[in-house]
Amino acid sequence: MSDLPLIQADRAVEPPAATTTTGGRGRRLRLLSRTDRVVITLMVLVPLLLVTALVWLPALATVLLSGTDWDGIGPLSDIDFVGGRNYSDVLTIYPPFLPAVRHNLLWLAVLFLLATPFGMFLAVLLDKELRGSRFYQTALYLPVVLSLALIGFVWQLIYSRDQGLLNAVLGTDTDWYGDPSVNIWAVMLASGWRHVGYIMLLYLAGLKGVDPSLREAAAVDGASEVKSFFRVVFPVMRPINIIVLVVTVIESLRAFDLVWVVNKGRNGLELLSALVTQNVVGEASRIGFGSALATIMLVVSLVFITIYLATVMRGEDR
Amino acid sequence: MSRPRTQAEYLARLVPPSVAGLNRRTLLAGAAGAGALLGTGLLAGCGDSDSGGSGAKSVSMGSNASDPTPKDVLAKVSAAFKTSSGIEVAINTVDHNTFQENINNYLQGKPDDVFTWFAGYRMRFFAARGLAGDVSDVWGKLSGFSDAFKKASTGDDGKQYFVPFSYYPWAVFYRKSVWQQHGYQVPKNLDEFTALANQMKKDGLVPIGFADKDGWPAMGTFDILNLRINGYQFHVDLMAGKEAWTSDKVKKVFDTWAGLLPLHQPDSLGRTWQEAAQTLQQKKSGMYLLGLFVAQQFNADEQDDIDFFTFPEIDPTIGAKALDAPIDGYMMARKPKSEDNAKKLLEYIGGVDAANIAVKTDPGTLVANSGADTSGYSALQKKAAELVGSATEIAQFLDRDTRPDFASTVIIPALQQFIKDPKDIGGLLTSIENQKKSIFTS
Repeated sequence: MSDLPLIQADRAVEPPAATTTTGGRGRRLRLLSRTDRVVITLMVLVPLLLVTALVWLPALATVLLSGTDWDGIGPLSDIDFVGGRNYSDVLTIYPPFLPAVRHNLLWLAVLFLLATPFGMFLAVLLDKELRGSRFYQTALYLPVVLSLALIGFVWQLIYSRDQGLLNAVLGTDTDWYGDPSVNIWAVMLASGWRHVGYIMLLYLAGLKGVDPSLREAAAVDGASEVKSFFRVVFPVMRPINIIVLVVTVIESLRAFDLVWVVNKGRNGLELLSALVTQNVVGEASRIGFGSALATIMLVVSLVFITIYLATVMRGEDR
Repeated sequence: MSRPRTQAEYLARLVPPSVAGLNRRTLLAGAAGAGALLGTGLLAGCGDSDSGGSGAKSVSMGSNASDPTPKDVLAKVSAAFKTSSGIEVAINTVDHNTFQENINNYLQGKPDDVFTWFAGYRMRFFAARGLAGDVSDVWGKLSGFSDAFKKASTGDDGKQYFVPFSYYPWAVFYRKSVWQQHGYQVPKNLDEFTALANQMKKDGLVPIGFADKDGWPAMGTFDILNLRINGYQFHVDLMAGKEAWTSDKVKKVFDTWAGLLPLHQPDSLGRTWQEAAQTLQQKKSGMYLLGLFVAQQFNADEQDDIDFFTFPEIDPTIGAKALDAPIDGYMMARKPKSEDNAKKLLEYIGGVDAANIAVKTDPGTLVANSGADTSGYSALQKKAAELVGSATEIAQFLDRDTRPDFASTVIIPALQQFIKDPKDIGGLLTSIENQKKSIFTS
């Protein structure tokens, strides 16, 4: 079998030696056998159907429902269209909406300006092969394996006003989770605690992939440590930087679990995702109104997804 | 295309890579198929709630009694029902909050024959939308319920859709030992109440325990002030969206509340009711307006030390005879698989035997049927039953008396906003009224 390739297209060409038993099949000189075509069709169709059924149809339905006042009860024929009323209600008479937008932006800013750079900084430090770097790596990454809901509970023990650790240690009686001017920061600290570890791991993986000869060359050319990072390593890591950026944006948009665990996204912790959930899920069943909020969130997300896809596809073309 | 079936054939082919490839593909296709099957299986599983509903000798029940004590009560009641009727009850217990949040989907899917629910607006709403079964003929066989309970079980069309089982009143709770130590007296009107709270403040206590992290406990305070200032009928009309939130009557409620707020435990928005109840239990606060379930936070040997009074009179022409006392009970699905069995079960649940089981098993609740043997009640339960018995009107609590979308997406944020900033009452009420108009016209 030395003359056969190790992996060949399944019967792309009948091997000349095998003509004894399958002599009548010479006319099917296709590139792909029937099994291949069936398999490929299935492999395309099944994910396509799943994505359409589970992502695009619900998204489309959300947009359609946002023009209705459906309460989730009764047949679809009962649905009345109310035009843009839900949107105008969101913008004019729904007090939590503006704080939610503000908090989402604040969340993005804090993750982007503080947590992400800090995670990258830790990755660079750990990349230096410090003593015990495995330990630090594990310690910093540990929060990431916990779900945000669990993190909410853990930090509740620290933040509780009457029985929490923080007030007991500091001797204060700050209402960390209840005071609306404080709680968003308290929650973001908990969220950042997890985010830093995530970014650190992503970035560390990227740093390990950087060709060491680049750094050596920079060192030979007399570039300082800082300079060689910003001028050589950082530009080389562009794909990872994009991923880190997108992860940060996605994390800030889908920030939800933590505030939901704390107080269901009320009283200073309003977030778009929490408002959608309050309205759609649960007993309230303001499907139409909640769908309008979800559509607004979808539009915001699409902007970032488009940027991400455009970048990734451009990267593949090169 | 002949696939090798045996190892010999496989070896004979002498083209292992493509054969291996084929196998891999088959495997993948199989996996995809299995995945699809699994997916549909899961989806089908979601809609399939008719566990053990077949046969004429069984009836299924959807229960939100996920806490140990209520669950135990239900298990004992259904066991006793089986003994008396021979009909097996298949109980499908779901976490309490999950049950409540999924109720719309649950009732529109394949609900169990009988399910747990609450009296109030939501019950009438389901009845009006045809999502609940008429149990008027069961009511014909029931006895021992006061008119207030029958009224609370009646839908908009005058038929009964609900069988009450238990209830608990909201009142102002305190520890007898603390009050004896300081010589406090139960206040008879708002002035005495305020004076008492101020005295407690001087004595180093937090006068009124308060917590609203979860959003609903403050509804109790709003309800009782509204009932005392404007009366029961106004409460009903306000909850039904018929009265304006911008009216002077509602404004007066918030003004009164704003006057009492400095006497409430501060920083309430970060505190759970359990934490607030514990400050009462630890003798750090003097009193706490909550439901009878506050007793859960007290140790067994402290139960006798708990006492309560109904919130005092504010307006002498209104009096202090109305209160919140939410009723829990059972409803029947619109199309039960076995209507006869479901009705027999409801009749049993509404009867004296089931009530007696609850009295013996759950010390934290009151049974609705007055025929029950209540000699097993604790002193606290006896007093609570007397309080509700003497009430002229019983409200169900804000979020059970109005549309759930209004209660959860408008009132909770609004009350929390008020607690944060009690000064801008006018702006707050305008915001509530605007949202109310939008919601109630939809």
